[in-house]
This record gives sequence, structure tokens and C-alpha cells, in this order.
Amino acid sequence: MMTIFLLVCTINFIPGDPAAAIMGPRATPELRAMIEARLGLDKPLLQQYFHFLANTLQGDLGTDIRSERPITAIIFENLPYTLILIVLSMFWSVTLGLFLGIVAAVHRNSTADKIIGILSAATISTPSFVVALFALLLFSVNYNLLPAIGAGEPGNIRDQLLHLILPAFALGLSWVGYIARLLRSSLIEVLRENFIRTARSYGLPAWKVHYVYALKIAILPVVSILGVGIGTMISGAVFVEIVFARPGLGSMIYESVVTRNYPVLLGGVLTTTVLFVLTTLAADLTNAALDPRIRNEL
Amino acid sequence: MVKPLIAHQINARHRQRARLADPVVWLSIFLLGVLALCALIALLGLVPHDPYELNVSNRFQPPSWEHWLGTDNLGRDTFSRIVYGSRVALYISLVGVGSAMCLGLLIGTIAGYGPRWLDNAILFVLDSARTFPTILLAMIIVTISGPSINTIVAIVIVSTLSGYVRLVRTQTLSLKNRVFIQAERSLGAGPIRIVSQHVIPNILSPLLIIACMDIPTVITLEAGLSFLGLGIRPPTASWGTTLQDGYAFIRNTPWLLVAASLPLISATLGFTFLGEALRDWLDPNLVNK
Repeated sequence: MMTIFLLVCTINFIPGDPAAAIMGPRATPELRAMIEARLGLDKPLLQQYFHFLANTLQGDLGTDIRSERPITAIIFENLPYTLILIVLSMFWSVTLGLFLGIVAAVHRNSTADKIIGILSAATISTPSFVVALFALLLFSVNYNLLPAIGAGEPGNIRDQLLHLILPAFALGLSWVGYIARLLRSSLIEVLRENFIRTARSYGLPAWKVHYVYALKIAILPVVSILGVGIGTMISGAVFVEIVFARPGLGSMIYESVVTRNYPVLLGGVLTTTVLFVLTTLAADLTNAALDPRIRNEL
Repeated sequence: MVKPLIAHQINARHRQRARLADPVVWLSIFLLGVLALCALIALLGLVPHDPYELNVSNRFQPPSWEHWLGTDNLGRDTFSRIVYGSRVALYISLVGVGSAMCLGLLIGTIAGYGPRWLDNAILFVLDSARTFPTILLAMIIVTISGPSINTIVAIVIVSTLSGYVRLVRTQTLSLKNRVFIQAERSLGAGPIRIVSQHVIPNILSPLLIIACMDIPTVITLEAGLSFLGLGIRPPTASWGTTLQDGYAFIRNTPWLLVAASLPLISATLGFTFLGEALRDWLDPNLVNK
């Protein structure tokens, strides 16, 4: 249902005169009419909308006006790069963020807690593209430790992984602080609850109380934030992919904006929104699986 | 005889004292003070060099007494450009978030106070706009209307509006049926009087907190878009355009990156801390949670 709302919006965002943008200011009216007919822009808006909707549901997003290739092919070419980048960034940032969050919450008000607090505030306020720029500057330009440009040779897995390190670092860094902070506050809250006291009074070891009983509940807000966070991650991926000149959905969308390639832009935006909706759904379902109390609400 | 203080008053006083001692609050005031000072200096044109003056023989200079933060690829003084950039950042965050707040207040009260179908329609439109990642939404808007400072303000309004509307709407809905509002209504007060006299004053403080916490995102958005070449256009000085130059000439000079990201990070930190301090101060319920 949500996706259909989105489609309505996406199609309405098609601006006034893409044909003029494609052909440039010197296009003759006949040429423009030709392009418009090819893109189906001469038809009324509602008809365009239903046409697009029907084609999309059949898995056809149209053809790229520049390279004449089907847009679905272009998207599937770029999608894996972005997906692996996002998954990897999320993986390392969640791992580290959870660890720091637990440490901060369990040793509340200790020196470690304060240091983690300052670090998280610092990482949260640094935008990912600034991190990317500095990572590029330090590791590639100054010390030449890691490759900076592109995604590595196809087929060579080691090379591709090396090319992933810096982008994933840049994209994940602000999430480390964010997750650490979120988990800290939710864990502190959960540790105060009655069932934790009960668990403690049964004589269960502290690690079991902290890591099994409390964490299972405290992690819920983190999971739902991660679902929504995919959207932010995609925004960040746009920058990171451009800074490191990686292929991917983000740089594809950016390029389509710069060259005013509307069909590709539309396809890219559609793909990311579908991704976004799917991950939000996945997060809700995971939450339901983790916390029986939520299941009734769904 | 001294009137005994009830518990929450003591807590409030205690908190107030603790707040002033909190270094984070002072840090945020300091950072924002520097930012405001920079914007003021830029307004008055008191910078050591003209930020648009080209001097190609003098390009890629490291920091010196003459050029405090070095010069860029066209020999322009980076320090002066950064100071001028603070004006752009402040303008966009204050105008953008300010108008989003006002619009949100208006639409939110209409949604909360108006008929049910209107409420649903407003929520529907806002929800569908919210499902796009911000940068994508921004890119679409830039594609349609071209990059300019007003486009960025528009993007800021579109991307933050739904948060304000939702907040105002929920608050209005919960206030609407409170006893004191009903009493007012039974005395014959019209909806305009109720909204302006009772609803808006009650909503203002949470609204301000959210606005303050939105500003870092907005500043980052402006810098990001300008960095991509979709926001402020060169040669206008902004932190994003300086970052863009820094990226393009990363092998020649690291100073541009350092110079542009420091104010960016300190501005976002300053507003985040200010937002948190405001939250602790204006919304004691949140602290107790």
C-alpha cells in the first residue's frame, strides 16, 4: 500500500519539460515532440501514471534515454555494490556500537562511560562525507595504505574487499556513536525493570542478566532505528560512493540528476524507496519476533 | 515562615544549578557564539581579505600570518571564505527551520483541530513525502527547480515539515479534550482564541527543542548538497563549496578540508548540545523518564 502512495508521488515529481532538458536549448519543436512521444510525455498525467504503474509492476522501468539500455539492467548492475557497502557498514558499526553501548550502560558514570559518551557525540555530529574525505586524505593520499578509487577488479575478491574498507568505515562511523548512545539509554532503563531484579535475585550470573535477559529487550529500539536508518544509510551512500568514485545506486542517482536523466532517476528513487519500505518492515517483524509484547500490536 | 518546598520544586532548583555547572551547556554556548560572531563579521565585511579576490600566483598556500587558514585553488583566502560560509549556514538553518516550524504550527493545528478527513489527508501527504531518504528528496527537488539558496530552504522545509506537523498535531489532539480547554469552550471561546491563547503556548517549547535538534541535520544537508554541486553555487562561499574544492584538490592541499569541516562539525555539535540542554530545561518530564 505504501509503495503505491510512493509511486503516486514519484510520478508527480516528473518536472515540466524533461524533453527540453534532454535535447538542450537548441532543440527544434519537432525533435522535442518526438522525444516526448517516445517517453510518453504527450499523454495526460493520469495516463502516464497508470502506464508507469503497470510497467513497473511487470518489472519494466523503461529504457535509459542516453545509453538505450533497460533501466532494470542498469539498476541490477549497481545495486550489489551499494548493498554490500551498506551491509558491511551496518555490520561493523552495529557490532562496535552494541559493544560500546553495553560497556557504557553496565559501567554507568565510569570513566569509560564518559569517554564513550564524548566519542559518540563526536561521531554523530560528523557527517559521513566529511569522514569519507578525511579517510581518503589520510589513508590514501598521505600514506597510500588503502585503495581509494573505484570498487576493485571484478572477480578479484581481495581487491574488492580492500576497496570496501574505507567507504564502509566512513559510512558506518556515525552509526557507531548513535547505536552506542541509544543502546546505553535503553539498557539503563531495562536494567531498572522488575524482571531484571527478579533474575538477579534468583542468583543468575551478572553476564547472563546483562547480555541475555536485558539485552534482548534493550536492543528493540536499536532494531527499529536500523530499519529506518537504511534511508539515512542510502543518503550517506550517495556521498561515500561519489567521494570514493565507487559504482552503485547512489552514484547512479547522482549522475542521473546531474545529466537530467529522468527515467534513470525515477527508477533509482523507486528502487531505494522500495528497499527502504522493505527494511522498515523487516525491522518491525524482527521486533515482533524478539518481544512478544509487540506481537499483539501488529 | 519559609514555605516548605515540595519535592519537584527542589528537584527543579537542583537541576537548574546542575545545568549551569554542566560544561556541555557552556561548550554549546561558546560554539554557537563563535558561529554567530563569524556571521556578524561576515555581514559587516570585517574579514582580513576579500573572500572573492582571486590571486592565482598565491594559490595552495599553507596557513600563515597573512592567510590564517591558507589559500584555495584560486588563491582566495580560506579563512575569509569560511567566515562568509557561516552566514550561509546560519541563514539556511534559521530561515529554513524557522519557516518549517511556522508552517508546521499552522498545518499541525489545522490537522489536530480541524475535521477528521482533513487530518487524514494531511497525514497521508506527509507520510508519503517522508518515505524518501532526505538526500534523494533533495536531489529530486534540485533537479526540478535548479540549485540555489532558495531551493535549499525549500528542501529544508519539505524534509523537516512532517516532524513539526506530527508533533503539533499530537499535542493539539491531547490538549483539545483537556478540562481547561473545555471550560474555555463552554465560556464561549471560538477555535481561534483557543488555539492562539492555549494551544500554541503549550506547544512552543517541544517545538523549539525539535527545531534545535533539526538544525545540525540542516547544516549538514546544505554542506552536503553544496559539496555535490547541487546546493550553493560557486563562487559563493559556503562550507560545502570549500569542501568540494578541498576534494577536487586533495592532492595539493589538505587545508581546505580541515578548514571547512571544523566549523561544520562544531556548528552541528553546538546545536545538538543546545537542543539537549533546552530539552532538559523546558521539558522536565523527559528528564525524569
